[in-house]
Amino acid sequence: MGSGRVSEKFISRSDKVAARMLGDEMMVMSVVDSTLFSLNETASLIWNAADGATPLSEIVEREIVAKFDVSAADAYRDALALAEELARHGILRIADRPRAAKR
Amino acid sequence: MRVTVEAAIEIGGLPITVRCADCAFIGMLKERYANFLGAPARRGVTLEVSIAPPSIISAEEDLKVTYGSGRWMMRRGDFLAEWDPVTQQGCVRQSANPYAIDSVLRIIHSLVLARRAGLLLHSASAIRNGRAFLFSGVSGAGKTTIARLAPPDATLLTDEISYVRRVAGGFHAYGTPFAGELGVAGRNIAAPIAAIYFLAKGTDNRARPIPQSVAARSLLRNVLFFADDAALVEDVFRTACELVSSVPVYELTFRPDGEVWDLVA
Repeated sequence: MGSGRVSEKFISRSDKVAARMLGDEMMVMSVVDSTLFSLNETASLIWNAADGATPLSEIVEREIVAKFDVSAADAYRDALALAEELARHGILRIADRPRAAKR
Repeated sequence: MRVTVEAAIEIGGLPITVRCADCAFIGMLKERYANFLGAPARRGVTLEVSIAPPSIISAEEDLKVTYGSGRWMMRRGDFLAEWDPVTQQGCVRQSANPYAIDSVLRIIHSLVLARRAGLLLHSASAIRNGRAFLFSGVSGAGKTTIARLAPPDATLLTDEISYVRRVAGGFHAYGTPFAGELGVAGRNIAAPIAAIYFLAKGTDNRARPIPQSVAARSLLRNVLFFADDAALVEDVFRTACELVSSVPVYELTFRPDGEVWDLVA
């Protein structure tokens, strides 16, 4: 993982959402505008691991590549596209460096 | 000299005492909410209602529910209301129509329920064999039709707005006076919820279980919630998810005859 990428990405969930796993989907609601999102199994794995501290490449390796029959490059590309889409909706943040630990 | 009369309207175990100097207005409330009147309550919400001429209030204004300075402000074309959730005291200025106070009651119940793991749902509901069944859907989905088709052994809780609360042992549905096209108030009783049906009109009768995620989406589309408040939105979301996780949910396709109730048991 990681070859050819300019920089690492770190993703974290917005604190303006409520989320709950129902069946094999993660339901996420923006409490700002009540928009409801549903994430499938793989998207849910990425969502749950979005702690702001773990590099996205490491999340993809651990949660997707190790569990599904998919190449690391494809999985990373899909995960980044997902993160960017969720970030556009304001429910996920993408950063170039890890979030500072809370004191 | 001024005389104030009052009516205590108790829905879902929450009494709201309405006080007003207009005896005719209180008389109208007592008739409208006859099945839900209680003794004047020392607990619960108290609303002081003042009646204003219709010309003072703009009938064009849409509903707005906002929170500020420790009070909920509710405003629509036919009423202005404030309510303090800590002291439980509030006031309403409205024209002398029952729809304004009806809306204020719904809003306050929705705010109280959100904090108590409950919600108001656009649905008909009825009790059969000691268990409650909810029939939800948007306007035109068939809530009133299914209520009208109910067999004699079913007790109607509402044909329009169901009152859902989590109590010890699970979620219960309570009767409400909030009537839809049927124009009949529900019975003032409650029962544990056995199933929720999302209605779809069709040419035959069938009930199909739906996944929890689909059920949550459908449920949230039909929840009555008016306030622009992130914390309460989160509460409603969690309650909706808990409800569909603990109660079976179906899509109920039905044709307008009483046989559909054979599927409800």
